[in-house]
Amino acid sequence: MGSRVEILNDDGYRSDGRRQFELRDITMDLSPRGTADGSAMITHGLTQVMVSVFGPREAKMRAQTLHDRAVLNVEVNIAPFSTGERRKRNRGDKRILELAASIKSTFEPVVQTALYPRSQIDIYVHVLQQDGGLLQASINAATLALVGAGIPLLDLVCAVTGGVHSTSPMLDLTTLEENDIPHLTVAVMPKTGNVTLVTMETRLHVDRFGDIFKLTCDAAQVIHQEMKRAAYARTRRLVDAMDVDSKSILLTGDNVDKDTAMNELE
Amino acid sequence: MPRPPSPSIPEREFLYASLKQSLRLDGRLPLEMREPTLTFGPDLGWVDCAMGRTRVLASVDGKMVKPTPERPLEGVITIHSEISPMASSDYETGRASDEEVVLTRMLDKVLRRSDTVDKESLCVQAGQRVWHLRLTIHCLADAGNLLDCACLAGIVALKHYRRPEVEVEGEDVTIHHPSERAPIPLAMHHTPYCFTFAYFPDTTTQAVLDPTSLEQRLSAGLLSIALNAQRELCVVQKAGGVPLAPDEVMRIINVAVGKAKELDRIVEKRLQEDWSTRNVEVR
Repeated sequence: MGSRVEILNDDGYRSDGRRQFELRDITMDLSPRGTADGSAMITHGLTQVMVSVFGPREAKMRAQTLHDRAVLNVEVNIAPFSTGERRKRNRGDKRILELAASIKSTFEPVVQTALYPRSQIDIYVHVLQQDGGLLQASINAATLALVGAGIPLLDLVCAVTGGVHSTSPMLDLTTLEENDIPHLTVAVMPKTGNVTLVTMETRLHVDRFGDIFKLTCDAAQVIHQEMKRAAYARTRRLVDAMDVDSKSILLTGDNVDKDTAMNELE
Repeated sequence: MPRPPSPSIPEREFLYASLKQSLRLDGRLPLEMREPTLTFGPDLGWVDCAMGRTRVLASVDGKMVKPTPERPLEGVITIHSEISPMASSDYETGRASDEEVVLTRMLDKVLRRSDTVDKESLCVQAGQRVWHLRLTIHCLADAGNLLDCACLAGIVALKHYRRPEVEVEGEDVTIHHPSERAPIPLAMHHTPYCFTFAYFPDTTTQAVLDPTSLEQRLSAGLLSIALNAQRELCVVQKAGGVPLAPDEVMRIINVAVGKAKELDRIVEKRLQEDWSTRNVEVR
């Protein structure tokens, strides 16, 4: 089906009217939901993922606690209405288990688990709409939710997908593009530029891989800026809502707040 | 689910200290893999692959089925793999462990999704009859790096397998017994090989290829790369673990490129040797 659609036309536009290196519209919403300690909803174009983080809290399963650090528990739930073809996946599905395992292992070296021995941090991922970049959206949302929960992280993890159409690399693929061209997902820690996750499932020449790999690492920096902005805006609103009694503190505190908030995240 | 037994502190310290000096406990170089031993059984598509003490048995068998209505022109390939407690006492029966999920998904990606076998060539009659290939992976022993061994066994089994010749006359399908007509090999697009590298918590320690079970357990992250001798990557999988610099990833991929060529030579040689011992009578 995909082959009938032009992935990249002669004028350099993609099927949804984007340029090669253009990312889709990103919205990040950090408002609290229910009793979760931190929650985030992220959309990359039509892909929408919601993540709730609980914890650090006492571990439910005593047998699984570790005496020197916290345990991360990731559960992924894909809504049956998230794709055009309505389909119920059970929780034992290997694809979902793999998705959960890769989210878990992405965050294990990033979350400072050593600060919370014998406890558990739950990350619940709900996929509401799918249009490509599922892993990317899940990781980005999980990062924001962890930030929202105030869990200390070494860095914000930013994930981006990229693909190659014959020889031209492109970023942030939709389902249509993912079905048709080789693609990879990279999760980067922007401060050091190191990658915590790389996955690729389709055949691609080594040289092409090098190009797209570098490109996705750069694109992650853009996502990082967006995340910082969203986290800052959320903190800003919280500070405003606390309504510090004298206006003078707020005014003088303005710059201080901004600086500390930005430095922490930078 | 029991927690994996953790190695003792002296064992751990010793391993880290020796790896820091680029020495491995079994005397290999950091980027040296255990030479795989391939043993072929009496049947075609029956392969026993051993890398050190890790042993995997793979077998392929084919039968005729009706294709799915969505893909009437394509044959079906299914991969069955299960890690039983026979391989190592770390594994348990029952719910799929993380290792098992990784193994099944990786085999699926390397052998099926990367289009190793031309599925359209498995079609006998469009919408009526296609070949259904069933690849079964038995993990006999796990002494580290079960994944690479299983992938190698799987791909060699597919290369070794030959399906009976089929004749179609109108609506009639005749399957010729291998004793009547020589069976024909599968149409393969490429042969991917999987390589696993282990990283350690100390970032100055070099990565090691083909980790043993102790190295694997003490590692702080694995990077699996599947690629063919034509320098095409099929799967790159680094899920978590220590963060790596992008240049390091590219360096390791280039190492894997060289290893894939070496391994391809070994596999081709062994297949040739085996084929020459099977006398084919031409009548």
